[in-house]
Amino acid sequence: MSMSETQNVAEIKARNKELINEVLQVYPEKTAKRRAKHLNVHEAGKSDCGVKSNLKSIPGVMTIRGCAYAGSKGVVWGPIKDMIHISHGPVGCGQYSWAARRNYYIGTTGIDTFVTMQFTSDFQEKDIVFGGDKKLAKIIDEIQDLFPLNNGISIQSECPIGLIGDDIEAVSKVKSKEYEGKTIVPVRCEGFRGVSQSLGHHIANDAIRDWVFDKAQGKDAPAGFEATPYDVAIIGDYNIGGDAWSSRILLEEMGLRVIAQWSGDGTLAELEATPKAKLNVLHCYRSMNYISRHMEEKYGIPWCEYNFFGPSKIAESLRKIASYFDDKIKEGAERVIAKYQALVDDVIAKYRPRLEGKTVMLFVGGLRPRHVIGAYEDLGMEVVGTGYEFGHNDDYQRTAQHYVKDGTLIYDDVTGYEFEKFVEKVQPDLVGSGIKEKYVFQKMGVPFRQMHSWDYSGPYHGYDGFAIFARDMDMAINAPVWKMAETPWKAKPKPHLLAAE
Amino acid sequence: MSALRQIAFYGKGGIGKSTTSQNTLAALAEMGHRILIVGCDPKADSTRLILHAKAQDTILSLAAAAGSVEDLEIEDVMKVGYQDIRCVESGGPEPGVGCAGRGVITSINFLEENGAYEDIDYVSYDVLGDVVCGGFAMPIRENKAQEIYIVMSGEMMAMYAANNISKGILKYAMSGGVRLGGLICNERQTDKELELAENLAKKLGTQLIYFVPRDNIVQHAELRRMTVLEYAPESEQANHYRELARRIHNNAGNGVIPTPITMDELEDMLMEHGVIKTIDESQVGKSAAQLELA
Repeated sequence: MSMSETQNVAEIKARNKELINEVLQVYPEKTAKRRAKHLNVHEAGKSDCGVKSNLKSIPGVMTIRGCAYAGSKGVVWGPIKDMIHISHGPVGCGQYSWAARRNYYIGTTGIDTFVTMQFTSDFQEKDIVFGGDKKLAKIIDEIQDLFPLNNGISIQSECPIGLIGDDIEAVSKVKSKEYEGKTIVPVRCEGFRGVSQSLGHHIANDAIRDWVFDKAQGKDAPAGFEATPYDVAIIGDYNIGGDAWSSRILLEEMGLRVIAQWSGDGTLAELEATPKAKLNVLHCYRSMNYISRHMEEKYGIPWCEYNFFGPSKIAESLRKIASYFDDKIKEGAERVIAKYQALVDDVIAKYRPRLEGKTVMLFVGGLRPRHVIGAYEDLGMEVVGTGYEFGHNDDYQRTAQHYVKDGTLIYDDVTGYEFEKFVEKVQPDLVGSGIKEKYVFQKMGVPFRQMHSWDYSGPYHGYDGFAIFARDMDMAINAPVWKMAETPWKAKPKPHLLAAE
Repeated sequence: MSALRQIAFYGKGGIGKSTTSQNTLAALAEMGHRILIVGCDPKADSTRLILHAKAQDTILSLAAAAGSVEDLEIEDVMKVGYQDIRCVESGGPEPGVGCAGRGVITSINFLEENGAYEDIDYVSYDVLGDVVCGGFAMPIRENKAQEIYIVMSGEMMAMYAANNISKGILKYAMSGGVRLGGLICNERQTDKELELAENLAKKLGTQLIYFVPRDNIVQHAELRRMTVLEYAPESEQANHYRELARRIHNNAGNGVIPTPITMDELEDMLMEHGVIKTIDESQVGKSAAQLELA
């Protein structure tokens, strides 16, 4: 089905450029001018992908982005399992983000962990008119009564809190004092702030800095904490489908001690212990580079980006992480790589013949528009188009310098229309994006995988995850169902994808 | 029974809106009209002179106590005062918390839904001085008040506010039926006050509907929480309010879409009347000491 097999790079580049011009045709002049800056064909050797990013989406298009509240509540804070996160404001934001993103955690829900529960202040008219501070104080009291084993509370502001100017910081301080210094974190992540969920990540990072780290300052390490020279913290792994667990295994096998997971299956004590780490290993750069930089500056902890998708990147990352430590750890890294080589060989032997040469188009958030490329390549597949929901230029720099091939189609904050047209013209063998895109493309006859939730599968991180990743991609692409789909009124059932109009 | 007339009084804070409106409405009641006053100021003092007291039970405070506004009955919030004038106060949060603008919207919707406007000839809205947000524009939106009367004086900031309010009316006049009924000048005894007020009215495309002279008797009545109409019905000032009431009553359907002017035009107008001198741009932003050196 793929056209790229039969084309050289120059032809692909020309085709992609023409394609960008074609989608821009449908826009009004001003919109076309603005969108043109977000679309490009990657030129090898350039320091970034040549697109503008982190700018306001254009009204009238279908963007795939979320809001600052989603970035704080849904991504950074939501998975901290032993804290209760109050969606502060009217009921809808909390209701529709119930349980946060798909992530795994251990514990007993409602007793000592609370991830899949929803707490909201359910604002009514009178709370808007008279302010909601008293109600917030009461909710905190009720939480303390009903869920005494919670270790902390965060307040996730919805839009109206910022509009009516409620003083959630004052309530947090008063209640914290009342409950013997309990950690209560006000987060100003009102949804109208910023252009996407990205600002919410930043605000949430800053809240950890100001209301968790600064509070713990001057205190000793958490009770019972004994430092070792091999302490690391996993930063920016949200444990989708158990990703953080399959990552942690590798770090521990090479001799490191993981003292914290941010924030999938994470706890408040882990956040508090992180300034004791010797190295912060950072998976999702976009959402947690802020706090990593802060810890570097304030506590002198170096940080190291890594990528645990696919054996090539895993091996590279294990060696990179080990380079911060002594020979014991360096040997440990080699031992781990060698140990899993047989598994890797088996997976590749089984799936590569079935997936060789298949093409993929991605559109996701965070780190995945670049990080998963290596895993596809390990299976002989090729990523021919990619883009970020809410990336910044530093993401596109990393993408250009380490991941994408010459001629790759790049689309920042892609619109619904653009994405459909690109897929229709490029005819990839697989599209990886989110739930909102899934059925559009499946109706076009394109195999699809959700790359936010792993389509309720996973983990995809680590060696164990790679085996599952390979199986899932094969299952999507080579499912017999695609051969059965025929359009009865079309004379020639030549495989060709069409956007649903 | 004539059709319901809905009017509203706007103007700069402290200009005398509540005093002027209550005296005028008392005079309208004296003429036999059935009147409802809707106070749209969180301070809840728009009906003080009619009720001889500050209304304690505002719509929003009762709603907060009861749980929600749906739990209230109209009888809970409506008080009857001088000349059987019916009074309700929207109320609102204490300063610095919540959203008073949303409170005005909630209150007006409640009154409409619960039949407060039945068997009434006039509804009058008394609105907080500055239209700081959409909530305080509620009485001029969605075909509520048909005529707005702007209370002003010869002071520059009062005229500036009158012009700004006209801009708000212009905005909503396009989408609804609201019109500017006219300016009411509440005399401050500034230079050439009548002349200026008339000129501003002309520029805004409207009329100076009345020039209310300053009289201390208004103060005397206020100290007793009364309108002049009740405190001294035979006084000259009471007659002024009666005349203003008569003109407003006869002004039905004569409202206009205002033609607000720019800040520069407003300054030019003040210069024309000699209230301010020609601005020497070289002196703008210089302190007295700097000017002396120069």
